[in-house]
Amino acid sequence: MKYSLGVILLLFSLAVQASISAYEFNTPEQESRFNTLSQELRCLVCQNQNIADSNAGLAVDLRRQIHEMILAGKTDQEIIEFMTQRYGEFVLYRPPMRAGTLLLWIGPFALLILGGGIMAWFVRQRVGATQENPLSKAEQKHLADLLKDKK
Amino acid sequence: MKLRFILPLVVFTALIVLFAIGLNLNPREVPSPLIDKPAPSFDLPQVQQAELRLTRDALTQHPVSLLNVWASWCVACRQEHPFLMELARSKEVPIYGLNYKDERDDAVAWLQRFGDPYLVSGFDHDGRVGIDWGVYGVPETFIVDAQGTIRYKHIGPLSPQVWKEKLEPVVRQLQGGVR
Amino acid sequence: MLPELGHYALILALCLALLQGTIPLAGAQGGISNWMALARPLTWAQFMALLVSFAILTYAFISNDFSVAYTANHSNSLLPLIYRVSAVWGGHEGSLLLWAFLLAGWSLAVSLLSRRLPLIMVARVLGVMGLVSTGFLSFLIFTSGPFARLWPIPVDGRDLNPLLQDLGLVLHPPMLYMGYVGLSVAFAFAIAALLGGRLDATWARWSRPWTTVAWVFLTLGIALGSWWAYYELGWGGWWFWDPVENASFLPWLVSTALIHSLAVAEKRSAFKNWTVLLAIIAFSLSLLGTFLVRSGVLTSVHAFANDPKRGLFILMLLAVVVGVSLMIYAWRAPQVKSTGHFELVSRETMLLGNNVLLIVATASVLLGTLYPLIIDALGAGKISVGAPYFNAVFVPLMIPLVVLMGLGPLVRWKSDQAARLQQMIRGTLVISIGIGLLLPWLLFRSWEPMVIVGSIIAVWVALSALLDLRNRLRNASSFWSGLRKQSRSFYGMVLAHLGVAVTVVGITFSSYYSLEHDVRLAPGETFVMGEHDFLFEKLVHHEGPNYSSDLAVIQVQKQGKQVATLHTEKRLYTVTGMPMTEAGIDWGLTRDLYVALGEPLGDGSWAVRMYYKPYVRWIWLGALLMSFGGLLAAADRRYRLSRQSSSSVTANLQENGI
Repeated sequence: MKYSLGVILLLFSLAVQASISAYEFNTPEQESRFNTLSQELRCLVCQNQNIADSNAGLAVDLRRQIHEMILAGKTDQEIIEFMTQRYGEFVLYRPPMRAGTLLLWIGPFALLILGGGIMAWFVRQRVGATQENPLSKAEQKHLADLLKDKK
Repeated sequence: MKLRFILPLVVFTALIVLFAIGLNLNPREVPSPLIDKPAPSFDLPQVQQAELRLTRDALTQHPVSLLNVWASWCVACRQEHPFLMELARSKEVPIYGLNYKDERDDAVAWLQRFGDPYLVSGFDHDGRVGIDWGVYGVPETFIVDAQGTIRYKHIGPLSPQVWKEKLEPVVRQLQGGVR
Repeated sequence: MLPELGHYALILALCLALLQGTIPLAGAQGGISNWMALARPLTWAQFMALLVSFAILTYAFISNDFSVAYTANHSNSLLPLIYRVSAVWGGHEGSLLLWAFLLAGWSLAVSLLSRRLPLIMVARVLGVMGLVSTGFLSFLIFTSGPFARLWPIPVDGRDLNPLLQDLGLVLHPPMLYMGYVGLSVAFAFAIAALLGGRLDATWARWSRPWTTVAWVFLTLGIALGSWWAYYELGWGGWWFWDPVENASFLPWLVSTALIHSLAVAEKRSAFKNWTVLLAIIAFSLSLLGTFLVRSGVLTSVHAFANDPKRGLFILMLLAVVVGVSLMIYAWRAPQVKSTGHFELVSRETMLLGNNVLLIVATASVLLGTLYPLIIDALGAGKISVGAPYFNAVFVPLMIPLVVLMGLGPLVRWKSDQAARLQQMIRGTLVISIGIGLLLPWLLFRSWEPMVIVGSIIAVWVALSALLDLRNRLRNASSFWSGLRKQSRSFYGMVLAHLGVAVTVVGITFSSYYSLEHDVRLAPGETFVMGEHDFLFEKLVHHEGPNYSSDLAVIQVQKQGKQVATLHTEKRLYTVTGMPMTEAGIDWGLTRDLYVALGEPLGDGSWAVRMYYKPYVRWIWLGALLMSFGGLLAAADRRYRLSRQSSSSVTANLQENGI
């Protein structure tokens, strides 16, 4: 099964190079939306590329689709929904925020707090240690004498 | 032994388990979000007879039907073709074709050369219907029931083993319910 | 005949590695100095065996010996010589041989440069490295032999992937592997120290230069990969957060934390357990990278062809090496006490902050990279985690890190006063904010929040380095004598931190102010992008050594004056039939102009992609600066060590009345 999947996917171009479609838009903002959207959508037949950078037939088709939808006045959200309805969440490079991805999105922030907490605990330990061993009166006098001698 | 010295080992063990499981998974295979959802409607000219149309309604005429996505340029389709012919001959389930991003002449020649297992094939020249059905590789096979709901999608070529293990049970179940 | 010899040399190397990995370690445990003394000669012998093996494989490529299957799959008689050599590491088997060869090379370097290290330590370090070599050589011989023969012998080879027929392939993998493998030295030192039960300043001092040099190679390797992708792939990007890219970035982040942690361990005898753990983690991430690239567990453009048997082998290798090390850590580390004490406001705290931020960043990137696998393994579907996630998570972590980079060197060790610091940095901080605010406006007439932030922190790093220098020169008799008195380690640090600032500038400006257009252009037509006019002058057809090409000549003008002539080609490689675009780049310190030829559109016009990328070069120049800084710092340790040793020898002699 894995082998045949490999065979199918070999049929699509494995060229990793950018493919260039000279689409025209009405406003620069539309063109910029096109670029952003095609960079955030994944090419399913490629080895981890977005559809902006892929030569594959499906990627070219999907770029054409996005182009049409932008010209037709669809919003970014509508275009993303169009894609996920047909290809699932796999096609999004920005994972949606839902219960299953909570750990993913909150994780780094939680780790930072945890790290900061550990750091604070650790520093407090060390600082306490420094202050636990102040010089005794006799030691302080000895130190003062030594310093006087040095002069 | 203090927890914080064993923690790295524990975390690492979990990772190894994850990777061991991962070796048996296929990261390239994408399941279809259309399972148990209504099949997208379409209206295409037929491959063999361009004046006639194939629409989604054809699929719902039967208690269960197959839609097989194929193309003349697809090598794996050649692989599954003998089995498809056999399946068509057995008349177990009606098979419709979706000819994906092909040239009509090539498609017709291919069917003539290797045989036509399909009741009808729709000619999806620019792949738009394919996009609606979430097609990303060829061949793919969909099982559609009488209400027009997609019940199963198989990615890759069919074979007797795949049919027996994966698709036949679904087909039988859908047929049994209606009879 | 020769390839068989190469294979036998490999087997010999495996035997030698096994001996190297067991006898010295046993000798160290039992105090048998004869066994420990075998470490160096065994290392030499293993290196020679691998040298022979690698040379034979290279010769097979140079001489077009297509009876060797690996050569037939990755080379071709039309391939230019330099690419025939670099094709040696263009595939799985050959790149693994390179790994093993470089590992033997680093082992040899350790054996040669460790004269003043106690024999027991040398024995342990080389022993551990020998064990790692054993693992890799076993993997090579049992699953990935590069010398398998082909019969019947093909007339010609299948050619190297056109994308790899480039200077990038010549440089990037060797540099990167030098970094990955170099981290095994820090790892070996850590394990040796744990086994010996002594984590003292000596261990830290010895580890530092090795770790720094490995870090330098990693930095260069990653930067080369990024630069190569930029000019080769035609999408103007330089980092994709692809799993394999992340696999190289993770050890880099951890080894950055490691070199800073080693500084504390050496100077202040603190963080010792943590430093040892970091050394183990850094190398483990190197191994993890090897696993991810070759096992097929994650999808990546960089992945070699996958074979489940290979994936399982590397997984076991990974499990054994890292698992055993972490067990040794769990067993031995609790006995190590760190004695250094420090206040809340101190350089130790700053470096602790550095470590926390880098480790959280590492964990976040690892989380994002593995998350699709986790979700799949739990049966919860398939998702993708890409650049939008990583950028959202990584960038906010880097901002405080860069701020610390400027502040840290100004804070005293052990104890400092917040008031004194505030007083000292006030002026510099205000000026940094001022210049940082001004820069985007002066250069681009625009103010984006993130650009302002990036600008300010970069300037802050540069100015606080100057402040640091000024403080240090304060007590010097003259400017020049003051400069001379500063150590290479100090200059290395300044250079490396400046390198980071330069990279931050490059990333900030090129990310926000790039222009990109895909246009339809016919010969004779002009397209205006920003301040530049791009004229498609003419199209020329020509034949290359192993390809045919359509070449477009594009003239670029700015305000009426000729600025650059760009050549971009669409090539068709003869053997593979693969098309490829060579981009035309006019590179400059303040901007790149970039054109890539696409498809002919039928009516004589072509799809052409053009970019204007301001300051993008600074990204890689910053990495170069970081590397120089690292080399400088590594050079310092050696110098001080030999000086100290000779003066301690002299003192010793004097004490004994000589």
